[in-house]
Amino acid sequence: MTTITTRESTEDQAVGVKKSGGFTASAANYIDERTSISGAVKELGRKIFPDHWSFLLGEVALYSFVIILLSGSFLTFFFQASMAEVVYDGSYAPLKGIPMSAAMSSTMDISFDIRGGLLMRQVHHWAALLFVAAIGLHMLRIYFTGAFRKPRELNWVIGFVLFILAMAEGFTGYSLPDDLLSGNGLRIIDGLIKGIPVVGTWVSFLLFGGEFPGTDIVGRLYSLHILLLPAIIVALIAMHLLFVVVHKHTQYPAAGHTNQNVVGYPVLPVYAAKAGGFFFIVFGVVMLIASFFTINPIWNYGPYDPSPVSAGTQPDWYIGFADGAMRLIPTGWEFVWLNHTYSLNILVVLIVVGLFIVTVMIYPFIEAWITGDKREHHVLDRPRNAPTRTAIGAAGVTFYASLWAAASSDIMATHFHLTMEGVIHTLQATTLLGPFLAFFIAKRVCLALQKKDREIVLHGYESGRIVRLPGGEFVEVHQPVDEYERWKLVSYSDFKPLMLRPNAQGKIGATEKVRAGLSRWFFEDRITPVTQPELDHAHGDHPAEITDK
Amino acid sequence: MTKIKTPRARRARKAGRRHPLASVALIAIGLLFTGGAYAAFSTSTAIATTDASSQQTIAQGEKLFAANCATCHGLSAQGSSEGPSLIGVGAASVDFQVGTGRMPMQMQGPQAQKKPVQFTAEQTAALAAYVASLAPGPAIPAAELLDSAGDSANGAELFRINCAMCHNVAGAGGALTEGKFAPAIENVSAQHIYEAMITGPQNMPVFNDMNISPEDKRDIITYLKYVEDNPSPGGLALGSLGPVAEGLFIWIFGLGAIVALTVWITAKSN
Repeated sequence: MTTITTRESTEDQAVGVKKSGGFTASAANYIDERTSISGAVKELGRKIFPDHWSFLLGEVALYSFVIILLSGSFLTFFFQASMAEVVYDGSYAPLKGIPMSAAMSSTMDISFDIRGGLLMRQVHHWAALLFVAAIGLHMLRIYFTGAFRKPRELNWVIGFVLFILAMAEGFTGYSLPDDLLSGNGLRIIDGLIKGIPVVGTWVSFLLFGGEFPGTDIVGRLYSLHILLLPAIIVALIAMHLLFVVVHKHTQYPAAGHTNQNVVGYPVLPVYAAKAGGFFFIVFGVVMLIASFFTINPIWNYGPYDPSPVSAGTQPDWYIGFADGAMRLIPTGWEFVWLNHTYSLNILVVLIVVGLFIVTVMIYPFIEAWITGDKREHHVLDRPRNAPTRTAIGAAGVTFYASLWAAASSDIMATHFHLTMEGVIHTLQATTLLGPFLAFFIAKRVCLALQKKDREIVLHGYESGRIVRLPGGEFVEVHQPVDEYERWKLVSYSDFKPLMLRPNAQGKIGATEKVRAGLSRWFFEDRITPVTQPELDHAHGDHPAEITDK
Repeated sequence: MTKIKTPRARRARKAGRRHPLASVALIAIGLLFTGGAYAAFSTSTAIATTDASSQQTIAQGEKLFAANCATCHGLSAQGSSEGPSLIGVGAASVDFQVGTGRMPMQMQGPQAQKKPVQFTAEQTAALAAYVASLAPGPAIPAAELLDSAGDSANGAELFRINCAMCHNVAGAGGALTEGKFAPAIENVSAQHIYEAMITGPQNMPVFNDMNISPEDKRDIITYLKYVEDNPSPGGLALGSLGPVAEGLFIWIFGLGAIVALTVWITAKSN
């Protein structure tokens, strides 16, 4: 190695190109002369990323996706996406001689007869669960810190579409082995589609190539699962990351953090090393889980057959909220009109879940419209400093969690010795009333925390030291907050409810009235940040300064 | 042990009563006789209990019944407002209900819960003999149907079709309405599984021999014993409860571990 390097450099010198640094430098130079990549490296390498654990959640999702791609490629070598009937003749005794589809049979072979196959299946499935879970936690972080505000609204939408696509990927993958569990899942989807008035049956027949289950669906889902959906996801991830680079990363409020700077580490070398190493940590965790814990034991479920349904049949966790929504609908919600049955038990679920999804997706635009805020925000909100948003989030989480919990109503009933009806009725109540309660509690908690912050800024911490003055009076000595901490406590955006203003024709439209009303509701009991005069007044003879935001 | 010692003891006796091993030999002989007599006695009782029609056993069962069961089931097992009639339920029913501890019932509820068994095997057999003597009913299955040596593939398929909707495909149990439930079928003896199928205890339907033949029942038991004896090839099975357990696991332990690691990675070194 060394000898070659030396010879190359001497040759370079011989032709008159001046170089130093040996092989690495000349290799880098070779690449740069042909790709002009140094510009990109210079730009990206000096990019600053703030260091906080919650900023790594998106990375976890990305890394899980890479793990899914790697393990999934392995699985495609052996999986047969065909519903042709074969007789299983592999190693698992309780299925030997049972007719099943080639898809199920090849999945059984992957699990029992291909070296490392079961581990790869489990890595693939566990990584998929982690992928969607990491996206969920990442979204919660973005929401509660207000990171979706201008200029990042579009990136929120892209991220949310990725979340939906991840669920679609998960569901198509869950359906591929053609085992009893996945077949039951598809049957529910088939029922949902058929519940749509007028077009339902046609759409179902189009999707399944005839009457359910038919012999086409696995092949079709396979195309979606390994070709179309991953391609869209990869493209959207690229856009998502590009936007992160363009917008620069957000940062938490802290001393010296402003909307004009980013405080953190440059990508090269520290951050790149950390992030690269973190990929292997995530891979390691997934590997450990996949080695020790069974996931989707298709050998228990057996091949799909439309007649049996197992107790405890549920979808993977991310579809759980939709399954739970259907379990919560009271019985008998349907009516017959013009000789057609209208299944409200399905339509209501589709409408409510659909509205919920759309609302979450366009939330940044709704909030921007209500607040009328057109400023750029690069410093995150502490959740308490946006009480109404935090309260809306808490309400949304409660609503989602109730639906989600409902998907395991039967498991809760058996494991906590409850009645199924009791569990369902309780969850119906938490779904409808829980969000209001959560909204109220979260808002009051936020306001209380804000008041506490104000108190600390104005009067400092209680030191517990009681001093007796010469006149006999007792006072408690307060320890003033230091200026670094004060920055964090006072530097948040102040808002006022929108003023109703007449338009060019001198009229106030109905929309404007609604908007003003919502704005009032959003900000009515806000706590304003401490101002300089307030601070001067509180400190009297020993003035403290609020540093410019 | 004792048999080996016996010839040596005889030799010792030839040498005289004062031989150092004489007392040992005496104790050994004594133990041999008592043990032998006791063994002979218990074998004879075992034969007596398996003979369900023995009048003596039925009489013993009747006494036990009057003392422990008649409060709810009536003095002549005719039933009352507290419990159903047991005329015609057969020996299999008694063996299942009493043998798994469900009867005598601890309290009225959605269904009788499994609990520590209250009667000895002998007493259970006597109760079964008494109830069987009242009217013909399903009998305790023959041993050759319970050997778990049938066709597990056929059993698995029958289990999925007939049983899994309540008991779950892996026999992990499941919920029914109004607090009733289908229990998990792990660590349940082959005899009790068979008896459950032919008698339909609690909320379970009866699967008689016209419905599922005795050989098919044997296959189902073979499958259940296969699942019980062979650990999941994928690692810990998380209770075989399906995606709910998996989802909880990934959120709590998977994502929990990952978040702990992100905190570790971004911690400031001191």
